[in-house]
Amino acid sequence: MTQPAAEQAVPSTPRIPMLRTLGLVAALSGFLVVLAHHLSLPLIEENKRIAIERALFKVIPGAVTRRDFQLTADDIEPLGEAAPAQGMHLYAGYDAKGALAGVALEAAAQGYQDVIRVLYSYDPACECIRGIQVLKMAETPGIGDKIAKDPDFLRNFEALDTRLDPTGSGLANAIISVKHGSKSEPWQIDAISGATISSKAVARMLNDSTQQALPVIARHLDTLQQPAGGTP
Amino acid sequence: MSLPERHEAVTADTFLRGLWQENPVFVMLLGMCPVLAVTNSAINALAMGLATTFVLLCSSSLVSLLRKMIPKQVRIATYIIIIATFVTMVDYAIQAISLDLYNALGAFIQLIVVNCMILGRAEAYASKQRLGATLVNGLGMGTGFTIALLCLGSVREILGAGSLFGVQLFSDNFQPWVVMILPPGGFFVLGAWLLVFAWYRQRRERRLLEQEGVTTDGR
Amino acid sequence: MAGESLGFIFLNAAVINNFVLALFLGICPFLGVSAKRATAWNMGLAVIFVMLVSSVSAWGINWLLTRFEIEFLRLICYIAVIASAVQLVEMMMKKFSPALFRALGIFLPLITTNCAILGVALFQTFREYSFLQCLAFSLGAGVGFTLALTLMAGLRERLELSRVPDVSQGAAMTLMLAGLLSLAFMGFAGLGGQHA
Repeated sequence: MTQPAAEQAVPSTPRIPMLRTLGLVAALSGFLVVLAHHLSLPLIEENKRIAIERALFKVIPGAVTRRDFQLTADDIEPLGEAAPAQGMHLYAGYDAKGALAGVALEAAAQGYQDVIRVLYSYDPACECIRGIQVLKMAETPGIGDKIAKDPDFLRNFEALDTRLDPTGSGLANAIISVKHGSKSEPWQIDAISGATISSKAVARMLNDSTQQALPVIARHLDTLQQPAGGTP
Repeated sequence: MSLPERHEAVTADTFLRGLWQENPVFVMLLGMCPVLAVTNSAINALAMGLATTFVLLCSSSLVSLLRKMIPKQVRIATYIIIIATFVTMVDYAIQAISLDLYNALGAFIQLIVVNCMILGRAEAYASKQRLGATLVNGLGMGTGFTIALLCLGSVREILGAGSLFGVQLFSDNFQPWVVMILPPGGFFVLGAWLLVFAWYRQRRERRLLEQEGVTTDGR
Repeated sequence: MAGESLGFIFLNAAVINNFVLALFLGICPFLGVSAKRATAWNMGLAVIFVMLVSSVSAWGINWLLTRFEIEFLRLICYIAVIASAVQLVEMMMKKFSPALFRALGIFLPLITTNCAILGVALFQTFREYSFLQCLAFSLGAGVGFTLALTLMAGLRERLELSRVPDVSQGAAMTLMLAGLLSLAFMGFAGLGGQHA
C-alpha cells in the first residue's frame, strides 16, 4: 500500500520482528481455525444428516430408516459415512418392518436462472416415481419457484411412470414435459403455465437420472431389499 | 516502531457515531456487497449484520491488543489474516447453528473478509486506539451496519413477499412486488433510503440556516 | 455442475448472472470508479487480469488443500493469494506499462478488497469447476464486470449534463441507475436455452 511522505520519519523495521509477528499471528490464526473446525464438525454433520433425512422421509412415503448406497454403471454397493467416490449416491428407505419402501436419488439440471437440484423417490414395486423434493433452486419467485410448491405440478410425481423397456437398458417412454393441460400419458409432466423452462428442467433431470439409474436398480434389487444385517 | 498515539476517551459519542454520522452503509458507503445481496429478507439481513459485527469486534480487538507489535510494512497482511480467521470461525458457527440460514447467506459469509468496513476500521482506528475505545467504536459501527441492513431487509421483504421475519403480514389478496426480492430491488431500495436521508439532511441544514438568520438565494 | 460447456459458463458469468448486477459482487468499485468511461475501462482491464491470475491460483490451492484435507485453511489462503496477485500486477504494470500504472493510481490496491475477485475464487470452488471451466468462468466474470462498469460510466457521464433533483445526486442516483441496468440484464435470463 502507498506510504505518504510523513511516515518516512519512522525507521524501517528489521526483518526479525516482522517475521516474528507474522509467525505469531499465523500460529494464533491456525490454532483458532482448527479449534473452530473441530468443535463445529459434529454439529455440522448432524445438521446435514437431519436435513437430508427430512427430505428423504418426506419423499419416500412410509420410510422410517435409511441406508446409503453407491450406484455405478455395473453395481450397487453399500456406502458408509463418506460420499460416493464415483457414480451416484442412492438412498434406500425402509419401513417399520424393514421392507424396502423406496429409493431416492438426487438429480440436477440448469433451470431458468441457475441450477435446480431435486431429490426424487422411485418405488420398484410400481416402477414409478413417487414424489420429488426441490433441494435447491434460484428460480423467479412466484413463477419458476412454483415447481417446489404448486400442488398441481407436484401431483405429476405421485405416480410418474418409469417402466423399463423390454431390454431393461432404458426407460420404455422418456419423461418429457408437455404444455400445461395437455398431459395424456402417465410418463408426461404437465408444465406450469408461464414457467415452461423450469418445468422442462425438472423433466430433463428426472429423465437423465432415471435412464441411468433405473436399469442398474432393477438388476440389483435384491441388494437393496436386504435390511441391515443380512437375511430379508 | 509505531507513531505516538493520541488515545481517544471513550464517550457515548464513540458508540453513537457508528449509528448515524458515520453509519458504514448510508454515509460511508462501505461494505456494499452484502448490503444488497443478503437483504432479500429481514432474517437474512439480521444474521449477516450480527455475523459482521462479531467479526468486526473480534478482529478489531485483536488488532488493538497487538497494535504495538505489528510492524508497519506487514500490517495490512496481518489484519487480513486476523479477519480471515474470524470469518472462517463464523462460517463454521453458522453452519453448526442452521444449515438453512447458511444456504440462504451463501458465499457472502466468507465475503465478510473483504468487507471494506472491517479492514478500514482496523487500519484507521483499532491500530491506534486502546482496547476499550476500539470495542465501543466497533460495537457502534456494527450496530449501525446491522440497523442499515435491517432497514433494507424489512422493506424488501414486506414489499416483495408480504411478510416480516417470515410472519405473513397481509391477506392472500396481496400481490407481492416480486422485483423487490430480486437484484434490481436491492439497488432501488438502497437508492430510495439514501434519497430519504439526503432529503432529511438537506431539510435540517436549511432549517439551521434559517435559524441563524441567513437567507438562501431566491428560489 | 461439471457438465457445462465453456461457452455457456462464460456467457453465464458475463451476462446472465452478471457479477455486479445480479450477484452483487464488486459494488464498491462499481459505485466509486464508474464516473468516467476511460477510468472504468482501465479498471475493468486490471480486474480481468487479476481475476484470471487469482482464479488459476485458487484452483491450484484448492487442489493442494483437498489432497491434504485441510480445507478449513481455504479462505485464508485465497485472500493471501489475491493480495499477492494484486501486488504482482502492480509491480508488473509499473515495470512494463508506467503510463497505465499512473492512470490507475489508487485503484489497483483497492482491487484486493474487491469482493468480485474473492467471489470468483469461492464460486468456482463451490461449483467444482475443472481448470478450463475456471478460466472460462473468471474471464466471463471479468468481462461482465467491465461491461457493467463501462455501461454505468457512460450513463453517468451523460447524467452530468442533465438536471437531477438535489437530493438524488451522488450515490442515490447511481444506485437507481444500477437498478435499471440490473432490470435490463434480467432479460438475459434463459439465454443459455435448453442446456443439459
